[in-house]
Amino acid sequence: MNRLHVVRESGLYLALCLVSALMLLPFAWVAFGAFKTQGEFMSNPGGWLPESFANLDNFIVLFTEEGFGPYLVNSIIVSAVTVLANVLFCSMAGYALAKLPFRGRGLLMGCVLVAMTVPYVALFVPQFLITVQLGLVNTLAGIVAPMLVMPLGVFIMRQFALSIPDELLEAARIDGAGEFGIFLRVFLPLLGPAIATVSIFTFLASWNSFLWPLVVAQTEEVFTLPVGLATASQASNTTAYGLLLAGAIVVLLPVLILFLFLQRYFIQGIAATGLK
Amino acid sequence: MALQTTSVGAVPVHRSLRRVRARRMRPAHAGIAWLFVLPFVVIFAVFTAVPAATAVVLTMTDIGVADLRDPFGVNFVFLENFQTVLTAPDFLRSALNTVIYVGIGVPATMAIGFLLALALDSGIRRARSVFRAIIYVPVIANIVAAAVVWQYAFTLNGPINSFLADLGIVGPNWLGTPTTALFVVLLLTIWRTTGTCMVLFLAGLQSIPEEVHEAASLDGAGYWRRVFQMTLPLLRPTTLLVTVLMSVMYLNIFEEPFLVTDGGPLGSTKSVALWVYEQFGFGNMSNAMTGSIVLLLGVLVICVIQFRMLRPKQ
Repeated sequence: MNRLHVVRESGLYLALCLVSALMLLPFAWVAFGAFKTQGEFMSNPGGWLPESFANLDNFIVLFTEEGFGPYLVNSIIVSAVTVLANVLFCSMAGYALAKLPFRGRGLLMGCVLVAMTVPYVALFVPQFLITVQLGLVNTLAGIVAPMLVMPLGVFIMRQFALSIPDELLEAARIDGAGEFGIFLRVFLPLLGPAIATVSIFTFLASWNSFLWPLVVAQTEEVFTLPVGLATASQASNTTAYGLLLAGAIVVLLPVLILFLFLQRYFIQGIAATGLK
Repeated sequence: MALQTTSVGAVPVHRSLRRVRARRMRPAHAGIAWLFVLPFVVIFAVFTAVPAATAVVLTMTDIGVADLRDPFGVNFVFLENFQTVLTAPDFLRSALNTVIYVGIGVPATMAIGFLLALALDSGIRRARSVFRAIIYVPVIANIVAAAVVWQYAFTLNGPINSFLADLGIVGPNWLGTPTTALFVVLLLTIWRTTGTCMVLFLAGLQSIPEEVHEAASLDGAGYWRRVFQMTLPLLRPTTLLVTVLMSVMYLNIFEEPFLVTDGGPLGSTKSVALWVYEQFGFGNMSNAMTGSIVLLLGVLVICVIQFRMLRPKQ
């Protein structure tokens, strides 16, 4: 019985290692391919390691000729604004939805749940028409606007706010604090883990967002990294792999580094969708 | 409290009590609460509610790219657009492809995700979080970057065909053949959604109390029998949630076929969402809008089915 158990567990470890290798294989191709010259791809298409990891030509071309510098700046601006706006606005909405009784609260909660379910792909055409009317086409503001208050962020903040005891807020209220004072000085400081979770997932959503920036950005000045990479990939007839894989590294690296250090907040974000 | 209720005279006691409690509970003003939710309300109205309403109205008009600056200049054609779209061969082809994506992708992803969660929950004792992290990494990977790798890996002279050549197999033209192109797109989607399924199933499995497992194994039930007769029924809410999440995701599949194959070859990988994007690019706003409404109806159907399935057990 015990031997059988050991055999079974070893088999599982083997299978999990195999699955892990398959999951990581694409990242290995990116990491190795970004340092290869075009000649290496031609002469040795099945090869693994590049001849030299010191060959940074692909990155240099990327930033000097392909315009990835401005794309990177745009991506950073879009993500920074999205994260800051969501931390503030989602915690405000979460606070009201959890702690302030008012008429229409149930309806608003329904709106949050509906907005969480509706996929952005299904609404991008009318959203674009509205953006045209607002004069925000081909601007960074137009890219950021729909992401300023993400419904999942409101939902996470509300769930977290529900766990804060009413007595704490009540005590501040009796002391004569106003609602905004309570929110800023009592509520926000207690919100640490929820703020971390919302920051991480809104960063991820904005950094990785693709369809909406693709639709709104019409000239290179407002391209974000994913839009720039996709455009380069379609323009190059998919042959300049060294360059494209180097671009892929630039897009992937910030998220992977964050994941390495803040893994549990990432996974909390996804598990939060299962809280309902 | 008792003191307050006796001092109000003619007013019925229970009403005054409620009013006192309401005043203590209610912060200064309901208007303040609306100030707190204002940013959400504005963004929700401008970018979700109004677009949804616009889509429903405009889908019954002949809106084109010329009407973008003046949406009131459109003519009403009512259900004509649905007739046009639902009889267009390329739309029907993309609808069929989308059904294939959902029909193969959802069960495949869920099965793999569930088995991995099971292995991590009860199969192994060490390095759980390491495996969980590795399997989850593709979920956070940028789709454009992933698609670049996929294109590179599956080109005619790419690493995959080189590997097959080493084994003495002549690899197919993956992205140039309809069936293999569909397979490659599905593989990318499964790769980047399995982690979500696994994490959600793992959370569900870990919420099942240890005693349930012990009781079942004392009964002498075998491992797989316990999985099917005990674990799966207890996981019902999680399974439903994952089914809905995955179905909505696969129904709206866009980036993978757009970036890897651009819908080709011969429209064999084109999804409904990609068809909508193309119509949008051509300036056929009414077609694009009608396609969006079809997708929204699909999401609605999935949600209704979910609620139907949830109701009898709760």
